[in-house]
Amino acid sequence: MMDPILKVENLSVELKTREGTSPVIDELSFELNAGETLSFVGESGCGKSMTALGIMGLLPEKISRVSSGRILFQGEDLASVSQKRLQEIRGNEISMIFQEPMTSLNPVYTIGEQIGEILRRHKGLNRKQSFLQALDLIEAVQIPDPKNKIHSYPFQLSGGQRQRVMIAMALACEPKILVADEPTTALDVTVQAQIFDLLKELRAKTNTAIILITHDMGVVYEMAQKMIVMYAGRKVEEGSVNQVIKSPAHPYTQGLISCVPHLTEKQPEVRERLLEIPGIVPSLTSFGLNKCLFESRCHKSVEKCLSSKPDAQQILGGHKANCWNLGK
Amino acid sequence: MSESLLKVENLKVRFPIGRQSIFRQGKYLYAVDDVSFSVKKGETLGIVGESGSGKTTTALAVAQLEKSYSGRILFEGNDIVGSNKAELRNLREDIQFIFQDPYSSLNPRLRAEDIVAEPLISLKGLKKQDIGERIEELFQSVGLRSEQRRLFPHQFSGGQRQRLGIARAISTQPKLVICDEPVSALDVAVQAQILNLLTDLQKKFELTYLFISHDLGVIQHMCDSIAVMLDGKIVEYSDRINLFERPKNNYTKRLLSAVPKLDSA
Repeated sequence: MMDPILKVENLSVELKTREGTSPVIDELSFELNAGETLSFVGESGCGKSMTALGIMGLLPEKISRVSSGRILFQGEDLASVSQKRLQEIRGNEISMIFQEPMTSLNPVYTIGEQIGEILRRHKGLNRKQSFLQALDLIEAVQIPDPKNKIHSYPFQLSGGQRQRVMIAMALACEPKILVADEPTTALDVTVQAQIFDLLKELRAKTNTAIILITHDMGVVYEMAQKMIVMYAGRKVEEGSVNQVIKSPAHPYTQGLISCVPHLTEKQPEVRERLLEIPGIVPSLTSFGLNKCLFESRCHKSVEKCLSSKPDAQQILGGHKANCWNLGK
Repeated sequence: MSESLLKVENLKVRFPIGRQSIFRQGKYLYAVDDVSFSVKKGETLGIVGESGSGKTTTALAVAQLEKSYSGRILFEGNDIVGSNKAELRNLREDIQFIFQDPYSSLNPRLRAEDIVAEPLISLKGLKKQDIGERIEELFQSVGLRSEQRRLFPHQFSGGQRQRLGIARAISTQPKLVICDEPVSALDVAVQAQILNLLTDLQKKFELTYLFISHDLGVIQHMCDSIAVMLDGKIVEYSDRINLFERPKNNYTKRLLSAVPKLDSA
């Protein structure tokens, strides 16, 4: 058995707000192996993106910090290394694709320069070499007419092409881990399908591990092997994608899956009402309380949910859920 | 067989592109190109397509918020293209719009009750003091509490704001409600709440929906018949079961197969 490439142990991240500090990530642990895709699912405000930023060492300065826990990347604790070392790792061994390809590219540089910059910074290539390699990368992410497109500015490209540039930049140094934060949310479905094919191909070629953040269960099912469902900064369910999607145990996961109208092969004559999860994600002030934070939206809640935070209960193999009321 | 409430025939909407001059024939982009469809009373027609396919422009033209270049739009049998101001005012009572972005489509300086009251005052000519009860009713039917009447939009969550937008749209008891991506800006769990609300309201007030979305799952759940748009044209127009089980057009097939599914083994 190989050691996991990334091991997160009891990670907590605090965020300062006007009302005080609250744990936006509350004792999160997980492992990621090379070549594997792990997906984080949940509504907005559940701590998915903060997890990604935490791993990258890109948490918003001054208002947030890692308050406890370790992020072990190949045995090195990223939560305590220097900024300089982080800069060496970021973009080189761990890289990230952001949600908005419109705002995360620099509008005043051509895409060739932006991709080349990473290669010059991390690989020590000169201008000419980096230009040639950038050209290869643009070809690899299947942007048509790479020889001309390399001189384009981001505004001259479509949304899908910009996201491809982001992917080319993220993959420039063949990272060991790729963190993709809602990489296709802003794109059309046909473009989304192309981007996923591209990611799958690259995963097979370079054995890169992918952390995929999304709210779309269909995407999880198509891309990932393992998944973690987050709610209010806590892990509520984890397991293999098959286990969790086919037999979700936590009421929140069940709700997340059945509240979205999924396309099916056979069309039902009469369409059932969608199951809704009432209410919304609790505000930051109640994060970290010693109770089940989903309790107010749950139809199965019992008294115990109000008085103590649920532990992980094992269901089958690696399938675990944090709920006091499983199987009842 | 109920008759159609809305019938659109050969609708074209075009925008000038490039430089126009008196010496040169200007070039035009046909955002909506020869589109025809009809919606029966109490039913929902879905328009689905990718960004830039002309879905929203079609909707805006139907609501006469965008000028059409040619074609007819028959609402209850009358052609509404080229209506004058007074006719449009009457029309706005019957055709209402729910917008995509609940953050920018509500006036931030008005209180919730004033937002909902606005169409009643401006279109129906009612006085504010006479419609308190009606507002209360509307708040209840979209699932907002009466304590929330005095709040401003920024004090509501995304889902609640969309409820406000819906309350405003149904306040004049319209016959046709155009929903332009009503749930795309919302979180998944909140989407379900709003979709259920729209279904309930349709039953309760016998509303007819023109429902625009890029999400095939949502379209499948909400619509009775569906028009698939590509580059301003309708490439396939059929009822729900036929479209999803036996798509004929290649583009429709491609669109359907691109959606990540849960039951594909």
